Amino acid sequence: MTETSARTTDTLTPVLTAGWADERSWTLDAYARRGGYEALDKAFAMGPDAVIGAVKDSGLRGRGGAGFPTGMKWSFIPQDNPNPKYLVVNADESEPGTCKDIPLMMASPHTLVEGVILSSFAIRAHTAFIYIRGEVLHVIRRVQAAVAEAYAAGHLGRDIHGSGYDLDVVVHAGAGAYICGEETALLEGLEGRRGQPRLRPPFPAVAGLYASPTVINNVESISSVPSIIAHGAEWFSSMGTEKSKGFGIFSLSGHVQRPGQYEAPLGITLRELIDLAGGIRQKSDGQRHELKFWTPGGSSTPLLTAEHLDVPLDFEGVGAAGSMLGTRALQIFDETVCVVRAVLRWTEFYKHESCGKCTPCREGTWWLVQTLARLEKGQGSEADLDLLLDQCDNILGRSFCALGDGATSPISSSIKYFREEYLAHLTHGGCPFDPAASTAWSDRTVGATA
Amino acid sequence: MISDESLAELRAIAARYPQPRSGLLPMLHLVQSVEGRITPEGIEACADVLGISAAEVSGVATFYTMYKRKPVGDYHVGVCTNTLCAVMGGDEIFARLKEHLDVGNDETTADGKVTLEHLECNAACDYAPVMMVNWEFVDNQTPESAVQLVDDLRSGAEVRSTRGPRICTWREASRVLAGFPDGRVDEGPSAGPASLVGLGIAAERGWSAPSVEEAQDAQDARDGEGGHAVAEEPEREAAATEDAGTKEAEAAVVEKESPTTGTAAEKGDAQ
Ligand SMILES: Cc1cc2nc3c(=O)[nH]c(=O)nc-3n(C[C@H](O)[C@H](O)[C@H](O)COP(=O)(O)O)c2cc1C
Ligand code: SF4
Ligand code: FES
Repeated sequence: MTETSARTTDTLTPVLTAGWADERSWTLDAYARRGGYEALDKAFAMGPDAVIGAVKDSGLRGRGGAGFPTGMKWSFIPQDNPNPKYLVVNADESEPGTCKDIPLMMASPHTLVEGVILSSFAIRAHTAFIYIRGEVLHVIRRVQAAVAEAYAAGHLGRDIHGSGYDLDVVVHAGAGAYICGEETALLEGLEGRRGQPRLRPPFPAVAGLYASPTVINNVESISSVPSIIAHGAEWFSSMGTEKSKGFGIFSLSGHVQRPGQYEAPLGITLRELIDLAGGIRQKSDGQRHELKFWTPGGSSTPLLTAEHLDVPLDFEGVGAAGSMLGTRALQIFDETVCVVRAVLRWTEFYKHESCGKCTPCREGTWWLVQTLARLEKGQGSEADLDLLLDQCDNILGRSFCALGDGATSPISSSIKYFREEYLAHLTHGGCPFDPAASTAWSDRTVGATA
Repeated sequence: MISDESLAELRAIAARYPQPRSGLLPMLHLVQSVEGRITPEGIEACADVLGISAAEVSGVATFYTMYKRKPVGDYHVGVCTNTLCAVMGGDEIFARLKEHLDVGNDETTADGKVTLEHLECNAACDYAPVMMVNWEFVDNQTPESAVQLVDDLRSGAEVRSTRGPRICTWREASRVLAGFPDGRVDEGPSAGPASLVGLGIAAERGWSAPSVEEAQDAQDARDGEGGHAVAEEPEREAAATEDAGTKEAEAAVVEKESPTTGTAAEKGDAQ
């Protein structure tokens, strides 16, 4: 965290999460009690360009992983294009470790719906889609109901609040495919096709859904817009760091005492977050386990270790540490966890989720699994580590979309930090770790191991 | 058999979209709700409604993992075995359930009640190890609680999601996914405990986002200081190894520079 924000902003800044503990927080009544939908009239009075301007000035960057400036993305929508414009919300949340959009939509779906209205108004769209992964039934119920309530209250539909602005929102359930989180694959899914990425250019801003200008944004990005319009761009940019403005939800999972969602200004450190989370988990004798490795933003972001505890969790800080902020999905693993096992499992995930469109990823992820699985069993030789890195080289930058690149992150970063542990599998003739020691209940049993 | 009523519903789904084919994913969810799986009849019905070939529909149905060719039991029981959950005990839970139910992955118990499947990350990692029953969250499981859960499901006892409603059948769940609400939206909590930890700590310590006035004062103070810490730019090298994000950002920068995008004025504005 930079000095400036440390001095002026509280450590945690609940905005998106602020209403989550309210009685029946998912209802319009509860949302209205917190001033919900009041930003609409303000935006209608400002006009679309001023809304885009405010979002630009706020410094909001995409919360879906890439961190692209949201207002700038909106300004790419060519307004002289005669086709309808579309807003598509990416609610496919499937990057391993990422678990922020789902609780947001479950507890406060109206925040998203209000954001959809403001954002659609800004880009002059009259139809918006919320593409939610299918495997979260109750979240889908909550968003469906919020949209229905918003229609009934006149926040959606024709002539919203007497402004003359019309908007329809369709809630769309996906059907199980990580790749549909990639924005062009998502559009394919939304057009009723196999979710395989499209060649770019043309970019969605020019030719997206139905070959029309389309903005695709993450749930949390869109949900941040109501607060920016309500409180102003300057309010938003007073939080966070120089180039990573505002707040974000940080999701801690794994071996901390209190995993969960922590909403803080960008730039907070993992050390601060782990401290808030009660530290790394305790053993039954009161001693603590130790941090071994963690992902800053999901499994596609290179692993970091205890030496990175003080890295500011903003786009620049994590980038400088050789990884990426990604989705702020902080998966915490202690010393009981075998990094080879962890990486193998993620690699199996990428192999399973590879859409098969391009050879480097389709074949490459298959080979990665073969090589890793052999190593994990203690077979093969040290040369297999170089083989793995070669295989990564053949995927990184050569695959059609970022899924392939992401598949190489856990492998190359784990070899960088834990080469010895790979070798220990060879000398040990298998995995030297006891998986039982890592479980949530390991320290509840008698004679808990370290 | 796809009844006339179901056909009408398939048409209603397609009609939600500017282009009917966009309805295909929810339509296939509806097929599963009436047929218990993706059947050839269901594929034909979708193809007829959309005016596309059955092969095209089939190609879509086989791409997505939630569509099942084999009949699914009343309860689809999923165990997350992606890394975080696996490490936290998901592997042990899955192994125990396979043994207890005497089925393998993606198989159904002889009584037709439970289909067991291991899942990828279901966006609930702060509740690891996570299980899903008919796509409702069952958080913080142990091998013992998992066995109890499937026993209850098989004996017909009422089972509640830890972060959701009473569990309905898989077919009923598929109908909600098709966009036909079932009235259970108000059941279950706003959020589970893990979702609220940060909020609770902030309340305890009196932390909040600044008010508009405080933000303004802070801004003035900063302006007065003239300069502050600037985070370092990521190294070019680091950028080359980055994933999704950077590629997206790079793409978007290309997009920004692409002459086909936006007016010159807009692009100038963007910088
Ligand atoms: C394989 C893959 C999976 C992705 N999954 C998601 C996702 O689940 N949710 C999301 O918002 N973005 C996801 N993204 C990033 C999107 O492509 C896109 O950058 C993002 O939705 C843009 O929104 P933002 O600018 O608001 O962050 C994924 C990217 C890739 C390559
Ligand atoms: S990189 Fe993988 S997921 Fe992406 S297009 Fe190629 S095969 Fe499909
Ligand atoms: S790893 Fe299991 S829910 Fe994320």
